[in-house]
Amino acid sequence: MSTWVKACAASDIDEEDVIPFKLDGKNLAIYRGEDDDYYASDGHCTHEKTLLCDGLVMDAVIECPKHNGRFDLRNGRALGAPVIVDLKMYPVKVEDGYVHIDVDG
Amino acid sequence: MSNRERLKLYRLSGPATEFAIQAGLTEGDWFRSDVPRKRMKELMRRSDARAIRDTVLWLGIGLVAAAAGIALRGSWWAVPCFLVYGVLYGSASDSRWHEAGHGTAFRTRWLDNAVYQVASFCMMRNPTSWRWQHTRHHTDTLIVGRDPEIAAMRPARLARILLNLAGLVDAPAALAHMVVNATGRLGADEATFVPEAERYKVVRTGRIWTAIYVVTIAIAVLTRSWLPVVLIGGPRFYGTFMHIVYALTQHAGLGENVTDHRLNTRTVLMNPVNRFLYLNMNFHLEHHMFPMVPYHQLPALHEEIKGDLPAPYPSIIAAYREIIPAVLRQLKDQTYFIKRELPSGAAPWHGPVDGLLPDSATA
Repeated sequence: MSTWVKACAASDIDEEDVIPFKLDGKNLAIYRGEDDDYYASDGHCTHEKTLLCDGLVMDAVIECPKHNGRFDLRNGRALGAPVIVDLKMYPVKVEDGYVHIDVDG
Repeated sequence: MSNRERLKLYRLSGPATEFAIQAGLTEGDWFRSDVPRKRMKELMRRSDARAIRDTVLWLGIGLVAAAAGIALRGSWWAVPCFLVYGVLYGSASDSRWHEAGHGTAFRTRWLDNAVYQVASFCMMRNPTSWRWQHTRHHTDTLIVGRDPEIAAMRPARLARILLNLAGLVDAPAALAHMVVNATGRLGADEATFVPEAERYKVVRTGRIWTAIYVVTIAIAVLTRSWLPVVLIGGPRFYGTFMHIVYALTQHAGLGENVTDHRLNTRTVLMNPVNRFLYLNMNFHLEHHMFPMVPYHQLPALHEEIKGDLPAPYPSIIAAYREIIPAVLRQLKDQTYFIKRELPSGAAPWHGPVDGLLPDSATA
């Protein structure tokens, strides 16, 4: 079952950047790559509870601002120490200029 | 409390560890200056070109110096050549290990990994366990009982620090530890920060490195020459003094058990040669506050946030003018630490500032 939530305007996120998104008290992060590719994930790094929205987006990878742990935004895969647990990702679609997240995805 | 008892608090599983966890000092909320997101993105930008240039200089000068030393062996002219080689191997590798370990030196990931492996070997630091150890250092900087990288404790182990100018404590310990790893075991502290899933890498590296050193020593014995050892492993002794000189400026004499890097970390201005060898890690306060910023952008970051920071030390000598008396005083007064002054208009101190361990931690 899918529950799509309208999260933000696509233009709210700069190229190769990330913004925070809060839904029912839960922290999420929404990303935009350099090719207008959009992603959404849990808001915190899986290593420690650091918010990823302060991190660096580069080549469809998010780098955590605390210990530089990296995740592949295309599948959430942890790319090596100090992150060894994958990041929970959510399906995303862009319709009418808005980013929608399937929060049950 | 006796000095011996206080030193026991620095163990990674003990009463100070428990206190730090219960007091919320671990994985704490640390102060960070406000930097606009757009500017921070500029500062975080990686550059292969700059890192390749500095890596080519590091390896290139090292190779030329080693070749010159080999050609001139038997003459006194070989001494300065091997000294240059030794410092690049045994001191400059420390900052390469550090920067590549953070993954901030290069834009291209495999280049970071390659430099990290080479520099880890030069510094005799298992690349897996030291990556996790350094991660803990960034999470819990100078938190007693949690940070495994506190170089100058209270009281400082002065004999150890002085002997380490020639690598005489840390390098033999690292070699012994490498052999322990090669047998399939981890140290007690190591096991507290290396996750189960990563431990096979620690053992694998221990075995490969042990084989390299065995071959090196065998060649030295068979050829009746010191040269193989002078080139491999030896620089971790005779060329390591500058890495100690640099590293002690980072935190020695400053606050413990605080959550504001301005209280426990220094920025020291250095000349271009030292900045090349140390890869701008002299901007250490800025690095701890924003570990995502690559070394070549740290001077710009310093300019961006200096309004929040205590004044940087103008030179290595100026830093040691403060560090040496403070460390000597801490031999007799475990509560003493250097408290820096903030400039007017700076954000106020964040979290506890006294740097003291409560009585409960000393039980």
